[in-house]
Amino acid sequence: MGSLSLAHEPVTGISHGKLGMWIFLATEIMFFSGFFATFIVMDAANPGLFEATATALNWKLALTNTIILICSSLTMALAILNLERKDTGKFRMFLGLTLLGACGFLIIKTIEYSGKFSHGIGPDTNVFYGIYFLMTGFHGVHVVAGMIPMIWMLGKSFSKKGYTNAGRVEVLGLYWHFVDLVWIFLFPVFYLLYNPSLVWGAAAAAGGH
Amino acid sequence: MVRVPAHGSQAGKGEHREKFYKLILLRNMATEVLTQAHHGAHDDHGHDHDHAHHESFIRKYIFSTDHKTIAKQFLLSALIFLFVGGGMALILRWQLAYPGQPLPLIGHLLSDSFVTDGVVQPGFFMQMTTMHASVMIFFVIIPLAVGFFGNLCIPLQIGTDDMAFPMVNMFSFWLVPPAAMCVMSGFFMDGGAAAAGWTHYPPLSVTSGAGHTMWTVGVFFAGFSSILGGLNYIVTVLNKRAPGMGMFDMPLTVWALFITAVLISLGTPVLASDLAVLFFDQFFHSSFFIPEGMLYADNVHTGGGQPILFQHLFWFYSHPAVYIMLLPLMGVVSDVMSTFSRRPIYGYKAMVFAMGAIGGLGFIVWGHHMFQSGMNPLLGTTFMLSTIVIAVPSAIKTFNWLGTLWRGSIRFSVPMLQALGFLTTFVVGGLSGIFMAAAPADVFIHDTYFIVAHIHYVLFGGSLFGIFAGIYYWFPKLFGRHMNEAWGQIHFFASFILFNLTFFPMHLLGIGGHMRRISDPTVYEFLAPFQDMNEFITLAAIGLGFAQLILVFNIIFSLKFGKKATRNPWRANSLEWACPSPPVGHGNFDRQIHVYRGPYEFSSPLTKKDYLPQWKKLEEKPAETPVTAQKTEAGESTKA
Ligand code: HEM
Ligand SMILES: [Cu+2]
Repeated sequence: MGSLSLAHEPVTGISHGKLGMWIFLATEIMFFSGFFATFIVMDAANPGLFEATATALNWKLALTNTIILICSSLTMALAILNLERKDTGKFRMFLGLTLLGACGFLIIKTIEYSGKFSHGIGPDTNVFYGIYFLMTGFHGVHVVAGMIPMIWMLGKSFSKKGYTNAGRVEVLGLYWHFVDLVWIFLFPVFYLLYNPSLVWGAAAAAGGH
Repeated sequence: MVRVPAHGSQAGKGEHREKFYKLILLRNMATEVLTQAHHGAHDDHGHDHDHAHHESFIRKYIFSTDHKTIAKQFLLSALIFLFVGGGMALILRWQLAYPGQPLPLIGHLLSDSFVTDGVVQPGFFMQMTTMHASVMIFFVIIPLAVGFFGNLCIPLQIGTDDMAFPMVNMFSFWLVPPAAMCVMSGFFMDGGAAAAGWTHYPPLSVTSGAGHTMWTVGVFFAGFSSILGGLNYIVTVLNKRAPGMGMFDMPLTVWALFITAVLISLGTPVLASDLAVLFFDQFFHSSFFIPEGMLYADNVHTGGGQPILFQHLFWFYSHPAVYIMLLPLMGVVSDVMSTFSRRPIYGYKAMVFAMGAIGGLGFIVWGHHMFQSGMNPLLGTTFMLSTIVIAVPSAIKTFNWLGTLWRGSIRFSVPMLQALGFLTTFVVGGLSGIFMAAAPADVFIHDTYFIVAHIHYVLFGGSLFGIFAGIYYWFPKLFGRHMNEAWGQIHFFASFILFNLTFFPMHLLGIGGHMRRISDPTVYEFLAPFQDMNEFITLAAIGLGFAQLILVFNIIFSLKFGKKATRNPWRANSLEWACPSPPVGHGNFDRQIHVYRGPYEFSSPLTKKDYLPQWKKLEEKPAETPVTAQKTEAGESTKA
C-alpha cells in the first residue's frame, strides 16, 4: 500500500522559513518606513528643533552600540557557518557571543535612556525626543524579540540531542542582520545628521593641515 | 466512490488504490465514532505513521493548527461580531429616526453613562458609530474575507494538506479575540469606548480618554493578526502548490487572496506604525499629532506635531484595506459565476492582471479621502486622476463577469444569486466612488450620507454578499452537508431588497446635505424634509438585520439536518472538489493530486460532460473515452 503524501519540495526551491522571513522583513521595512516618514515630517514642521536637540544625545554610547551590533551580526554568521559544519562547540560559542552582544546593546541602551529620564526628559519633552524614544524603543523591542529564539536554540544545543537545524538558525540570522541594519540607519540619523561639528570636526582633525 | 482509471495498464494499480481509499474511509468512520464516544480521536495508522497520537479536545477544537478548523473559528467569531456590529447599527438607526425616544427593549438596561431614561446620548451615539464600523471592518469583513476564505480555500484549491506555517496560522486567529476585547474594553472605562470614528483622527482620538488608547492597542493586534495571515498565504501559494499547478492554473480565489496578502504585507505594517505613533501620543503624551498651541482640558502635550500626518499614514493603509476587504470576494464570485453558468471565466489572465492593477493602483490613491484636509489642489488633482484610473481595471473585471454569464446555462442556486447580488451592488458602489473621486464633487458630498451609502454598497453589498456566496458555495465542502436551498433563497431576496431599501435613499440624504456622524438630524432645520426618509431607512434596516437571522438558523439547522454533500456537488473543476466532503482530517486529500489544466474548463470540447476537473487525466484520444469510465464518474458524484 503506497502512502499518500501531499508534502513535497517547496515549489520555489526556497524553504518556507526563509521565504517567510524575507516577506516578514518586507513588512518590517514598511513598518519602519512609517516611522521614518514621521521623522521627516516632524523635522520639516519644526525648523531648528532637531538641530538644537540632537546634540544632547550621547553619541559615544551609540557608537559603542553600533560596533557591538555589527560584531554580533558577524558572530551570528559564524554561528550559522559552524552549525553547517556540524561544529557544535563553536556554534555554541558564536551564538553565545551574539546573545552577549544583544545583552550588551540593551544594557548600554538602558544606561542611555536612564540618563535622559534622570534629567526629566521623556517622549513628551518635544517631538524630537518623541521620535527618538519611539524609533529606538521599537528597535529595542526587535532586539529582545531576536534574543528569545537565540536563548531557546542555545538551550537546545546543550540537550542530549543537540541543536542541528541550521536552516532555522539561518532564518534567525536574516532577522538579526535586519535588526542590525535598522540600527545602522538609526545611528547616523539621530546621532550624526544633526551634529555636523561632530562629523566634520572629527574629519578635519583627522585630516590635519 | 473512487474513479477507476480506464487505461488498461493502470487498472491493477487503480484497484489497489481503491482498496486503500476504502480503508481510509473505514478509518475515518471509525475515527468519527470514537470522537463522539470519547473526546479524543484516535488517529490510527491509516495514512500517516508519524501522526499516530492522541489529540486532546483542546488541540483539536480550540488551539488547532488545522486550517479547516481555523477557518471555522474565523467564521464563528465573525458571525458573532456581525450581530454585535449589527445591533450597534440598529441603535444608531433608532436614534436617527426617532431622536429623543427611548430605545425599545434594551434602552433601560444600558448604563446611565450611555443613556438617559433609555434615550441615546450624543456621546454614546458617537461610540456606537465608531464601534459599529470598527467591529464590522476589523472583526467581521477582514476576518471573513481574509481569515475564513484564506484558510478554507488556499490549501484546498492548491491541493495541499495545510498552510506553510500552521502554528503561525493558529496564532493569527488567536490574536483576534484579545484584539476585540481591547477594542471593546472601552465600554467599561471612564469616558466610554472610542468615539473618534473608525478613522480615529487625532487630535480628538488622543485627547479623549482611555477607551481610545485601548482601541489603538486592539486594532494594532488585529493588524498583526492580518500580517501573520498574509505572509503565511504568500508562502503557501508560492511554495505548496500541487505538482503540475503553475501560477496561472490557480483558481481566481487563490489569486485574489494572494494579491490581498501582498497588499496586507505592504499596507498593514504602515497602519501598525501609525498606530504605534498614535499610542505614543495617547500613552506617553508625545506630540506627533498634536499641533502647536492646541488647548484642551488637561493639557499634557507640548505640541509641535502634525495631525494630518496621521491621516496620510492611515489612508495609505486603509485605502488598500478596502481592497483587502473586496478582492478576495472578487475571486469568490468569479469561481461561483463560472461554475453556475457552466462557462470558463471570461478573460482569466485579464482578471488576474486587473486584480494586480487594482492592488498596485490602490497604493497611490489614498489622498482621495483627504481632499478637504487642506491639501495642495495640485496634489488633490493627482489623487483624483489616479483614483479615476482605478475604474479601468474595475470595469475590466465587471465586463469579464458579464462575459462569463453571457450565453451561459445559468443556474440560479443560492451561491449564484448572492454572487449576482455582489455584482449589481458593486457596480452601484463603484459608480458612486467615481462620483466622489472627482474632487470638485467631493467638496459637497464629503462627510455626508453619500459616503455612507457608498461604503455600504461596496462593503455590505459587495463584500458581504460575496461572503454569503462563498459560505453557501463551500459549506458542503467544509461541513459535508448542504445548506437549505429554499431558506437560502429567502435569505437572499430579503437581504437584497431590504439592503437596497436601506442604503439607496442614503445617496439622496447625502446630496441633500445630511452629515454623517450626527446624533440628531432634527436640530437642523434644512434636514426636516428628510426625517420621513430617515424613518423609512430605519424600518428597512431593522428588517435587514432580522433577515440575517435566517442565515444563522440555516447554518445551524443545515449542520445537523442538511442534505449530505457529495464530493463534487456543484460539478466544479478546482481541486477542493477532489477531496471528500468534509476533507479528511489531517491532509485533506485521499488521493494523489496532479494538476493537468486550468480551473475553469467548463463545456470543454475535450469531454462529453460539461466540466473537466483539474485533477483528471485525459487519455490521448478523448473521443474514445469508454462509457464505463463515465459511469463510474457519475457514480462517484452521487455515492461519495
Ligand atoms: C471604483 C472604485 C472606488 C472609488 C473610485 C472610490 C472612491 C472613494 C472616495 C473618493 C471616497 C472618499 C469620499 C469622501 O470621504 O469624501 C471613498 C470612501 C470610502 N470608500 Fe470608496 N471607492 C471605490 C471603491 C471602494 C470599495 C471597493 C470599497 C470597499 C470594499 C470602498 C470603501 C470605502 C470606504 C469604507 C470609504 C469611507 C471611508 C470613511 O469612513 O471616510 N470604496 N471611496
Ligand atoms: Cu479610498
